[in-house]
Amino acid sequence: MKEEATIAPTNSIKMLRAMVGIGALCGLLIVLTYEGTLPRIERLRAEALQKAIFNVIPGISKTQAFVYQNNKFIPSDKKEADVIYAGYDDQGIFKGVAIPASGQGYADIISILYGYSPENQQVVGFYVLESKETPGLGDKIEKDPTFLNNFSSLDVALDKAKNVIMNKVTAVKRGAKTNAWEIDGITGATISSRAIGNIIENSTNKWVPIIYENRAVFKNKDNE
Amino acid sequence: MKIEQYLKIRIMSNLAINTDQSKSEPSSTDEFIKGLWKENPVFVQVLGMCPVLALSNTAENALAMGMATAFVLLMSNILVSLLRNFIPKEVRIASYILIIATFVTITDYVIQSISVDLHKSLGAFIFLIVVNCLILSRAEAFASKNTVGKSIMDALGMGLGFTLALFSLGAVREVLGNGSIFGIALFPEGFQVWVVMILPAGGFFTLAAWLLIFNMFKQKSTTS
Repeated sequence: MKEEATIAPTNSIKMLRAMVGIGALCGLLIVLTYEGTLPRIERLRAEALQKAIFNVIPGISKTQAFVYQNNKFIPSDKKEADVIYAGYDDQGIFKGVAIPASGQGYADIISILYGYSPENQQVVGFYVLESKETPGLGDKIEKDPTFLNNFSSLDVALDKAKNVIMNKVTAVKRGAKTNAWEIDGITGATISSRAIGNIIENSTNKWVPIIYENRAVFKNKDNE
Repeated sequence: MKIEQYLKIRIMSNLAINTDQSKSEPSSTDEFIKGLWKENPVFVQVLGMCPVLALSNTAENALAMGMATAFVLLMSNILVSLLRNFIPKEVRIASYILIIATFVTITDYVIQSISVDLHKSLGAFIFLIVVNCLILSRAEAFASKNTVGKSIMDALGMGLGFTLALFSLGAVREVLGNGSIFGIALFPEGFQVWVVMILPAGGFFTLAAWLLIFNMFKQKSTTS
């Protein structure tokens, strides 16, 4: 820099011109790419979510989003907070709801989607939407068959008054599962499997009582 | 291999690179080839180690990251070379970073529009391409002093060399750490995978092994 300074200092107009010119050019390029790719990105995201919903409620062929407002579930096609997705089979029979949930994992926030069947009062499916858990250890929550098997019939039955879940969902050590509301954990991924347990526990505590209470809304959807 | 001998060869090969650059008019093919072997960004220059170690845990991630970096390198080299007489010396680094950041943002959108899963696995590392010293070093050391044609050849060679190096790490780590290549299982049931190979430590092991092999070849070719 010293040598350059002694040779000929560039005047500031030139520097300003270069920076502003490059800035404008770069801005234009980014905006063009954003506009060009946005429709496809949105479609892919919606498809991924749709696939996840089909994944967590077995045997469905149609879904409908519902938003919870003023203590009522209203059909919705917008992406708002507190949206859940009801799933229906070929005959239009209501099979269950898919609920997005998230919470702190070992590395970062884990986002999941799980299926709940008010009829069986069980969690019937589970899918990891986003996680940054350690590859080879924590990311087993996405693919370990024994772990995923927990969520085909996880008990979240309500008490007699139908406003609290009777037994809290808890993650236990691999092989220590004795009750239907326990999650058989993963060896080497204790924190990640406990995190999943906590996320499901918190989310079911919030959603299951209100969904169960309002289950008629989902069933009547096709008659409306 | 004795340490002194190794150091001597490293110094000699560095000298060889330096004299090569000052030699008169290397052809476009030379500019392309040097990135693959003599000045390979990973195995010889040892540049951009963060993405090399972090994203070479599977062959697919390595290939995707290598290609993303090569794309940014190519586009930024073209633009820097085109604007080389327009950018004043005092603001050149800021201009280069601006140009590189623009193409990284574009790459991020493009990857999102290709596949949600791919974007999920590359995640935060895409934005780290901005500070990949390989790209800045090519802009500063080559594109800002050479014609567009030569800069393109340089970027293609360096980009391909970087991708190949990343892939050779990723393939080894995936085969040993996950028992598969591109997600296809290679070994029969019961193969005990070396989990350490897909964890960060495995990246260092594999890189060290490749550097050893690379330098053994170089040593042979210099002595013969």
